[in-house]
Amino acid sequence: MNAFRSQVRTELALSSRQGEQLLVSLGIPLLILVFFSTIDLLPTGTDKPIDFLAPGVLALAVMSTAMVSLGIGTGFERTYGVLKRLGASPLGRGRWVMAKIATVIVIEVIQWVVLISASILLGWSPPLSGWVCAIAGALLGTAAFSGLGLLMAGTLPGLATLAAANGLYLILLLTGGMIIPLSELPAPLAAVAKVFPAAPLAEIIIGSLTVGGNVASWAWVSLTCWALIAPLGAALLFRWE
Amino acid sequence: MSVIAEQLSIKYGQTVAVDQVSFEAQAGQITVLLGPNGAGKTSTIEHLEGYRAASSGSSSVLGLDPIADHHKLTAQVGIMLQQGGIPTAIRPRELLQQYAGFFPDSLDPEDLLASVGLTDRSKTPYRRLSGGEQQRLSLAIALIGKPKVVFLDEPTAGVDLEGRDLIRSLLLALRQEGVCVLITTHDLAETERLADKVIIIDHGKVIAQGSPTELMSATSSDHLLFGATPNLDCAALSAAVGSQASETSHGEYRVEAPPSPALVAAVTSWLAAQNIQLTDLRAERQRLDDVFRRLTDGTQS
Repeated sequence: MNAFRSQVRTELALSSRQGEQLLVSLGIPLLILVFFSTIDLLPTGTDKPIDFLAPGVLALAVMSTAMVSLGIGTGFERTYGVLKRLGASPLGRGRWVMAKIATVIVIEVIQWVVLISASILLGWSPPLSGWVCAIAGALLGTAAFSGLGLLMAGTLPGLATLAAANGLYLILLLTGGMIIPLSELPAPLAAVAKVFPAAPLAEIIIGSLTVGGNVASWAWVSLTCWALIAPLGAALLFRWE
Repeated sequence: MSVIAEQLSIKYGQTVAVDQVSFEAQAGQITVLLGPNGAGKTSTIEHLEGYRAASSGSSSVLGLDPIADHHKLTAQVGIMLQQGGIPTAIRPRELLQQYAGFFPDSLDPEDLLASVGLTDRSKTPYRRLSGGEQQRLSLAIALIGKPKVVFLDEPTAGVDLEGRDLIRSLLLALRQEGVCVLITTHDLAETERLADKVIIIDHGKVIAQGSPTELMSATSSDHLLFGATPNLDCAALSAAVGSQASETSHGEYRVEAPPSPALVAAVTSWLAAQNIQLTDLRAERQRLDDVFRRLTDGTQS
């Protein structure tokens, strides 16, 4: 337990010091939230953009931390031999993975507290009943995107992970139904987007936290599949050096 | 015996990096794997650290298999990678606190910072430390868990003179405490100063091993040098001592035989009989680098 705590403390200290990671995990979601809820530019399909954007950026926060921050951070740790060195310590792989998951969840909680507070200040009032499903979706999304992040980190060189994770982030940001509803996308693109994990995550969180909203069952099926397959793929293909 | 390698071979695809290497390293001694770059030193030490499987042969560390029993060894073994292994943004104090948390019984991070001379740099990010400071920090995390065996891959590479002195005194202290220290290096002077036992490796094979003294005497000097009055009768001297003698330059002489006490006595008594003043007498000691160059064909150093 001591080794686990020690590793989580280090992971959090290092994450808090990475300026670009803070930008991706807090800066961008906050900017999108404040900017597009104040200036109604996006086709959010609602009278109050905040009602769509607030849960949308909560989904975005999960994707950015679990995939981008975790993937890039771990990718460079692998490139610099940090994982190799830890492998010779008594920490062990099991506790290392647990520490990574705990770190991601701690950062997500901080992101959600900040984003939810900002959203409420901007006039958002989500239905209380939706939080259980939203949190369940966020946990499935964390598993799915962490799996993808670690899959990239464990198979590509550090810089390639940086490029791939950021590229995928941008594509999924635009096509994942997080800031632009899927219904606004061309039908074939929307159909493809549903196969990737961003759209089902957004569908679950937005559907749960919208008054009178509901969550389509394809979203639970797709996200659950990703939450199983991506971590499994990472576990099988991850190379430590 | 703390560390044993027996007929150890390691292959990467078709390339044989380590070829039937056998040696032992014991507690309370500094054992040095010496060889040119690419000789197979890192592959050997990384096998013992648990990173690389052997393609044949066997090995043991503290009586356990370094690969299969890796998880049982991590708390008893300290390692220093040849490079990297440390997050670029981490600060020395943080790193030592992190690794201290991994071990049931560890050294105090503050004491260790002081003994590797990094107290003043405890808040400087790793990437801004000098090469020598980075190496000393890397050594510190090898030592923090009070290991019984330490594996150090090129511990003094890129370290300035002062840093080398500090690292050397830490290693001597470990030996004093009964730790088994195994080091790789291509630095001959370092080896000569530190090693209790040297294993010379080239092209993946052990080509000689023993204490530095044994290695140097095994291929000891084959001639005696002396200085005296010029233009001595070398033919008469050769006859008297039973070995070829010659004047190599004005007043400098060379006798072609190992400088045994009998030879020295024969030469000096011949000089005494003719009342010739001796100005200089040398049985040139071999340096480890002579041995090393000869054994590795002088191709590299």
